[in-house]
Amino acid sequence: MRSHLLIAAYLLMTTAWAQELVVFAAASLSEVFEDVAIAFEAENPGVNVELNFSGSATLSTQIIQGAPADVFASADTVQMRRLSDENLLFDSARLFTVNRLAAITPKDSPLTELEDLSHPGVILVLAGPEVPAGRYARSVLEKLNEVYGADFATKVFANVVSEEPNVRQVAAKVELGEADAALVYLTDAAALQQVRLIEVPAAYNIVAEYPIAVMRESRQLELAQVFVDFVLSTAGQDILQRYGFGP
Amino acid sequence: MRTSTLATPRLPPLLPVAASLILLLLLILPTAALLWRALNPQFAAALLRPAVIEALRLSLLTTTLSMLLTLLLGTPVAYLLARYRFPGHRLLDVLLDLPLVLPPVVAGVGLLLVFGRRGFIGSWLNDLGIRVAFTTLAVVMAQIFVASPLYIRAMKAGFLSVSKRLEAVSLTLGRSRWETFWRVTWPLTLPYLIEGFVLAWARALGEFGATIVFAGSFAGRTRTMPLAIYATLESDLDAALALAAVLTIAAFLLLFVFRLLLRFGRRR
Repeated sequence: MRSHLLIAAYLLMTTAWAQELVVFAAASLSEVFEDVAIAFEAENPGVNVELNFSGSATLSTQIIQGAPADVFASADTVQMRRLSDENLLFDSARLFTVNRLAAITPKDSPLTELEDLSHPGVILVLAGPEVPAGRYARSVLEKLNEVYGADFATKVFANVVSEEPNVRQVAAKVELGEADAALVYLTDAAALQQVRLIEVPAAYNIVAEYPIAVMRESRQLELAQVFVDFVLSTAGQDILQRYGFGP
Repeated sequence: MRTSTLATPRLPPLLPVAASLILLLLLILPTAALLWRALNPQFAAALLRPAVIEALRLSLLTTTLSMLLTLLLGTPVAYLLARYRFPGHRLLDVLLDLPLVLPPVVAGVGLLLVFGRRGFIGSWLNDLGIRVAFTTLAVVMAQIFVASPLYIRAMKAGFLSVSKRLEAVSLTLGRSRWETFWRVTWPLTLPYLIEGFVLAWARALGEFGATIVFAGSFAGRTRTMPLAIYATLESDLDAALALAAVLTIAAFLLLFVFRLLLRFGRRR
């Protein structure tokens, strides 16, 4: 019912003069895709990009339930595969950037090393295991067992007080000073003013691959394809790199 | 009792009927669709999953606690508001409505700013080694914040409906003020109490926004039914639907029993 209403509202909007392109994008792309949209609109007069940001898992569920997206940019391949399994992609998805994880703490925190995350009493927040950032965080912590001992990850997990539904809420808990530490994307960490960053060495880090695809049900396949090409172009990649995303 | 058949024609006019049908579709279809999808042969199995049982247990525990505290602390507030005029009476009355119209997420941020580690009561508690945020207590506090005004509102109307003269008679017959409250005032407010209690309970059961901000989401500790639905929606649709169905049925039963009790009360 809700999706039908959305479609109705969407149809009403598109009958107006501007050409509307609906882009569903992972929460971690919030700031950078705003800029991508502005640059894209400047190159394509008369086009209006509507952005919808949320956890990738939430977005893929919405699309499976019939939400009218033209383009989906996911923070992991798992959520994109859900859509291809449902035969919802126009053609195969393309990787457009990568991201890595980092730990953050409040500015005045006594925690300085990744090892400190395992100290008893540390208040740690992670994204839930169904969210890409949450899954990556768990795999990073398990890889760190090699450095800090076999029970490092177990001790860290015992410090988790909340498993948040998306990575932005994880970062907010640290910014508010309510959590002692969290694992978020490097790009989130770089954008925050109130936090300090603890880097994860590349050997133990993950490479989060971001795929993008045109949706089969899109009513403007051509324009959607132009947007995807723009994200993959040098202009699009430059914007992504400005926000700390990898090549 | 028969109502006058002269005032309104037997067949309702077309326009209001059409409008009602449209709205009813919007109000009833989503609930019906939810139950239709959830009540499949896997429903029983989905109900027995640890995540579902943990959420049910936690919701039952926290709403019971928050409702007990609401009864205990909300009843005196309603009594004072109904029986006495004092400076700030009107302001208090308005302030008590505020939680009903505030978006719950805002309530959660507010609770963090007061009871969070950096908050002005929370920082003081933190020095004593007490942490409120991210605990089951935080869930209960969030529920009281959003739900108790519904109870207070109903109970205030209840106390206003009891004639002061009845209380005066009881007092002149030598009963103490306490006895008068327990034997005269309180029993007469029962229908209002039930109304307020049921509405507040249903609201507490469905509380999401304030909880996820103030208490976070952790299975068995702060992940109540609505939070579990949100968390499992993406990984385990059957479990999410089972929880959603339980929540819907529980809310329906609460309201249904409430109507029955009201009828019973009126007939008495």
